[in-house]
Amino acid sequence: MFALEFPPIENLVIWPAYFGEDTIFEFNKIALISLLALLIPSVLFVLAKKDMVPRGLQNVVESTIEFVENQVIMAAIGPDGMRFLPLLMSIFLFVFFGNIFEVIPTFHMPANARMANPAFLAVVVWVTFIWVGAKTNGVRYFVDIIWPPSVPVALRPLVGLIEFISVFILRPFGLAVRLFANLLAGHILLVTFGVLCITLWQTSWLAAILPFSFGMLVALTGFEVMVSFLQAFVFALLAAVYIDSSLHAHH
Amino acid sequence: MSVIATAADVIELAVDATTDGDAQNVAAATGAGMAYGLAAIGPGIGIGYLVGQAVQAMARQPEAAGQVQTTMFLGIAFTEALALIGFVVFILLKFA
Repeated sequence: MFALEFPPIENLVIWPAYFGEDTIFEFNKIALISLLALLIPSVLFVLAKKDMVPRGLQNVVESTIEFVENQVIMAAIGPDGMRFLPLLMSIFLFVFFGNIFEVIPTFHMPANARMANPAFLAVVVWVTFIWVGAKTNGVRYFVDIIWPPSVPVALRPLVGLIEFISVFILRPFGLAVRLFANLLAGHILLVTFGVLCITLWQTSWLAAILPFSFGMLVALTGFEVMVSFLQAFVFALLAAVYIDSSLHAHH
Repeated sequence: MSVIATAADVIELAVDATTDGDAQNVAAATGAGMAYGLAAIGPGIGIGYLVGQAVQAMARQPEAAGQVQTTMFLGIAFTEALALIGFVVFILLKFA
């Protein structure tokens, strides 16, 4: 029949540098997308006016803040979590704008499909929740995890080991891998249907099923927009849940 | 049962025929496919059950829908991670 010619998988990892090749200032497409993901929300927030009656851009910005306040902070931490609004807001917006470049023409690559971005964000969250836990509960925060007082003494070493691994190792790992794998899978899915469309276009009679493949590509693009938003939301929500578990460790 | 047995046979055959250059690729591809396929079973059942229960909760108590939805997304995120680790293993086996 016909064979699909996929671009080599190395294309995901190796990007031509725009400038500064082989130095620490090497700047490629992923760096450009990350930079845009930082600049676009910052510029939008600076441009928004601070009127009493919001109009236009101010509406968008204020409803974004309200979304993070209500759906992330109030849902996961409560009123005393409002001091983490800047952190969670930045994480949410950076992840979202890094993701959404997956479906923007000429970019077509989510910055978070490279492990560096999610891993760094996960480390930020990791440091934050350990810092918050140590600051609120002192040494007891670590002791309660390694030697949990609510468990029978005979089981404490086992439960403590499991808790230690799950809190300090699996949490950041899961946070990073979830974002990375979701975006990479979405990108590969879009590439697969794109390649399928091109191949069908080039074959003579098989072009009859091209509309279905193209319709699937369009539908998946819409799906990926949803995934981009949902993953940003889930990342911020999980960060809030982890901070809450350090803040309210005794409940 | 027979599907698993057949796939295991394929791996065994592929591993036995070490002289063949393709054998390793066959084993890697088979293992990768099985890794992702098996990893998707559990989370598939889990997410289905989770969302079903969440819908039931929201239908019974529509005023708690917001809270249920947030908890549901949280649960999905935790459950889905297992399938995604399977996907990462797939990528590693297939291309690394």
